Amino acid sequence: MNARLLPLVATLVIFLVAYAICYAQYPVMLSTRVIGNLLTDNAFLGIVAVGMTFVIISGGIDLSVGSVIAFSGVFIAVMLRDTALHPMAVFAMLLVLTTLFGAAMGATIHLLEMPPFIVTLAGMFLARGMAYVLSIDAVPITHDFYDQMQSMYWLMPGKGRLTLIGGLMLVVFIVGIGLAHRTRFGMNVYAVGGGANTAALMGVPLGRTTTAIYAFSGLLAGIAGIVFSIYTSAGYSLATVGVELDAIAAVVIGGTLLTGGSGFVAGTLIGVLIMGLIQTYIIFDGTLSSWWTKILIGMLLFAFIVLQKGLVWTTGKKRAAGG
Amino acid sequence: MPQSDASQPLLRARGVRKIFPGTIALDGVDFSLEAGEVHALLGENGAGKSTLIKCLTGAYRRDGGDILLEGEIINPKGTIDAQAYGIGTVYQEVNLLPNLTIAENLSLGHQPTRFGMISVRDMNRRAREVLANYDLSVDVTRNLGSCSVAVQQVIAIARAVTLSGKVLILDEPTASLDSHEVGMLFDVIRSLKQRGLGIVFISHFLDQIFEISDRLTVLRNGRLVGTETTSDIDRLRLVNLMLGRELEEEIRPHGKDHTATGEPRFSFTGFGRKGSIAPFDLAIHSGEVVGVAGLLGSGRTETAEVLFGVSHHDSGVASRGEGTDLHLKSPRDAIAAGFGFCPEDRKTDGVIADLTVRENIALALQARIGWMRRIPDREQRAMANDYIRKLDIRTPDAEKPVGLLSGGNQQKVMLARWLATNPSFLILDEPTRGIDVGAHAEIIRLIEDLCAQGMSLLVISSELDELVAYSHRVIVVRDRHHVAELVGNEITTDNMVSAIAAPEKETVI
Amino acid sequence: MTVMLPFLRRIMPQLITLAVIVGLISFMFPGFFTISIANGRLYGIPIDILNRGAPVALLAIGMTLVIATRGIDLSVGAVMAICGATAAWGITEGYSLAATLAMALSAGLVCGLWNGFLVAVLGIQPIVATLILMVAGRGVAQLITEGAILTFNHEGLIFFGSGSLFTVPTPVIIGVAAGALATLVVRRTALGMLIEAIGINLRASTLSGVNTRVLLIAVYMTSGLCAALAGIIAAADIRGADANNAGLWLELDAILAVVIGGTSLLGGRFSLIASLIGALIIQAVNTGILLSGFPPEFNLIIKAVIILIILILQSPTMRSVVIFFSRDPAGAGEVEKETVVP
Repeated sequence: MNARLLPLVATLVIFLVAYAICYAQYPVMLSTRVIGNLLTDNAFLGIVAVGMTFVIISGGIDLSVGSVIAFSGVFIAVMLRDTALHPMAVFAMLLVLTTLFGAAMGATIHLLEMPPFIVTLAGMFLARGMAYVLSIDAVPITHDFYDQMQSMYWLMPGKGRLTLIGGLMLVVFIVGIGLAHRTRFGMNVYAVGGGANTAALMGVPLGRTTTAIYAFSGLLAGIAGIVFSIYTSAGYSLATVGVELDAIAAVVIGGTLLTGGSGFVAGTLIGVLIMGLIQTYIIFDGTLSSWWTKILIGMLLFAFIVLQKGLVWTTGKKRAAGG
Repeated sequence: MPQSDASQPLLRARGVRKIFPGTIALDGVDFSLEAGEVHALLGENGAGKSTLIKCLTGAYRRDGGDILLEGEIINPKGTIDAQAYGIGTVYQEVNLLPNLTIAENLSLGHQPTRFGMISVRDMNRRAREVLANYDLSVDVTRNLGSCSVAVQQVIAIARAVTLSGKVLILDEPTASLDSHEVGMLFDVIRSLKQRGLGIVFISHFLDQIFEISDRLTVLRNGRLVGTETTSDIDRLRLVNLMLGRELEEEIRPHGKDHTATGEPRFSFTGFGRKGSIAPFDLAIHSGEVVGVAGLLGSGRTETAEVLFGVSHHDSGVASRGEGTDLHLKSPRDAIAAGFGFCPEDRKTDGVIADLTVRENIALALQARIGWMRRIPDREQRAMANDYIRKLDIRTPDAEKPVGLLSGGNQQKVMLARWLATNPSFLILDEPTRGIDVGAHAEIIRLIEDLCAQGMSLLVISSELDELVAYSHRVIVVRDRHHVAELVGNEITTDNMVSAIAAPEKETVI
Repeated sequence: MTVMLPFLRRIMPQLITLAVIVGLISFMFPGFFTISIANGRLYGIPIDILNRGAPVALLAIGMTLVIATRGIDLSVGAVMAICGATAAWGITEGYSLAATLAMALSAGLVCGLWNGFLVAVLGIQPIVATLILMVAGRGVAQLITEGAILTFNHEGLIFFGSGSLFTVPTPVIIGVAAGALATLVVRRTALGMLIEAIGINLRASTLSGVNTRVLLIAVYMTSGLCAALAGIIAAADIRGADANNAGLWLELDAILAVVIGGTSLLGGRFSLIASLIGALIIQAVNTGILLSGFPPEFNLIIKAVIILIILILQSPTMRSVVIFFSRDPAGAGEVEKETVVP
């Protein structure tokens, strides 16, 4: 089997085994109702995780996404409260804003030759600060259009509901998969992650690619913000603290190498679902405490990082022996 | 040989000059390449081969001279630009991306798209077609990293030829290939030659040069030594061109009457490491300089690294004097046993650029004493100033970051670092490379002085004259084996050259 | 004096920044320097800045050393939570104060050992290695407190948060003592130089016989220990262990303090004092914004601007411009003049 598929297969196996365990104890877990909820509850996380996958494959990291989601929620809520604009117009403005914000971070990373970690840390503070400036209190969203969007769903067999936002997440994943594997941009992202200097020697435009990667992550963080505002019907500047960590964890559990160059958008979907599954199981169980989620996710992270380290080590060794 | 129009060479460099701060890397070098020829470029490290290549492709800006392609002056601005002119380059470390598939590597930047989407099927089909020209049948959807280095090398060539198509520059393509793989690569080179490409071939393996090249050009210290037709030159003359002046007068074997007697200070039996240096026996006596001669990549640096525990030896034993066993599993073990090691690559393995001269000198001694007992500032300063004076290190004072010093002075700081630990056995890998003539002579004098004081030294050098000057014994390394040992009056450049050049392993003198 | 001058030069930008910020605050809030004593304890804005800045200052000590080795420790906030929870659990379970403190500090050391093992032995990138504990650590802390905010009323433990010694608040004393001790150990022994050597060139350091593996582990353990002290102070301050919020995002403040202190994220030369001043600058900004009537939400924006300015100043692109304009890139000329004497 192709060695690069191994982390993806490992993720899939873990997901299936975990689901089997859940099913054995609570057969209802396999119902479309639970699956529908799993998709709806994790929609915003899944959407940012797609952007994070691109960033991490390129060898970077984006700490700003949690703050951008919060900012988006507050921005939408305040705009809808204070102006007569239609939500769609507000969405368009917001997405332009967050995309430019991401592009600015990407350009800074490239131009100043600074680690993405610290640049996006500044972005994280800035976005959260702007959210505070717009409003410290939670702003409720009441708009007919929101009610419509919240009540849109597709009734799956078995009475499960695939909501608008759950569906949107799946669409984003499909687009993300296409972008990663079927476009020159996607190929350039992998190339930069495999080695920026080599990629540049092979004709990959480094500056443009880096800027586009973070712009894309910003765009998806904006979409996730819209989804989160639909999910909660409010904008709150203290919301989604630490979502960037969950997104990074989902990406790594999904089999993407944190050092860059290798990974799958589809794996990230499974990573998000594994994390959602753990939470769902703990809710079903009732006696288990919520902190086990964090500990389990930490353990999964550790397992995947060590697995990847081992893979890199053995392939490196094999190549040395072959040479 | 298919000639291009009006008997213009395909690619020509005229009086190319390149100056780096402190050194002239290329001094008016001429070079010409015909279509349909393999032209070998030879020279030791620092001779200017890579600099010439980088000037040809525009990766470096030249300080003088012209590049002509088919008679027209061209000024490529970089690798990509050179590619557009038709000049492709494949470097020793394959410059492809191991995390992409073979097909992706071949097509990166030029993928076939349909409505903006890459057509993976077209991409893979094209990749298979391209590779079919190279008699390579591999699964093009495999990750490049999972292929052998030889296959990667061929794929890199295929990409370069597809994108450029006139000139192919191969920078040490065979460095990490076995003989079978080299054969495969040579088949590829020959078929490209048939197709009329001009190929520049850089290698330090003489056998390969003789096998594949039509002409060869030798560089030394940034100067052109000569261009010859390969069939007109023999091995001995070639090595002479590369390493030294033409068979000059016998160099004084001064003080060589000293023959190693009595118990050796350290002895190594069957010492070796799979894949880097074949097991060898070595005895080091006190007050003795053992020289190591060999071409680049022959296993000379590997010998030093195995001795110092940089890479673990997987066979053999080391012992001190009467036979107490030594465990040399890491540099710390080696240092504890009284070893010191100045590595070849000062920048990455030697100096700590941002630390001061004083700290760099104190580092090894401090590491041996342990962190608890800090060497007091006054002592550090005294020690540093002492060595600055003794070794004539040119620095305003001991508090200057060592990265700001010139190469020769950095080398002296490295020496001072080890001398401060008062080692009984010092290993020097190319101690005189890339430093100016004055510092060169000083370092040679220093080696002799240290030896006179009873220290044992192992000195690796590609300057054979130098080895003749100070060595009591010379080990010749070829193809990762210790193939000869020269003692006393046998130590002459001639003997070393013939041992290095000998095509078979049996010439043990 | 020849030794002091370069040192002052090194921390001058940080000192000036702090002075400017303090100046601005006192300009807008004239009562700034008023310090009073009540109930045998000092009160006043400067004292408050020191007191509230103590946890970040403690974290910054360990973080400086880690960053000097070209690493980073993302887990310190979570480690604070673990150690605070351990302390609260110990004291409520009826262990003696000494045993409780020992347990909390060992918890920090174990966390550091784990990080150090991943980095130095398994060779995992520091940012990745410490991410694991950052994610899982709060879960572990909640496991210890069993999800609740574990409150306690033990005077001895509370002393570490809100007590005072010779009128000085305990956190300030702990912070100053830890800073002094760390500076002393690092600069009086050879540790400082060896750590810098590792950060600048790991391979060359190993080849020179520096025990890089052990030193790396030790540095991460120090960071864990500092986080443990900060965690104990944070728990003692609110008389309870809040596994969710204790030390939340303080790792970012600690990294920021180190960056403000002028230690490069790419490792090498470091200054503990400058990082400590960096921590005070952060706290002074926090306090200043609160006092001067700006909405507190500006705080984060100001932090972001500070990071951006530092990034621009530190970036290689910018540095080449600076070198172009200064005739003396390494400041070697100054050093030359000073050391003519011997």
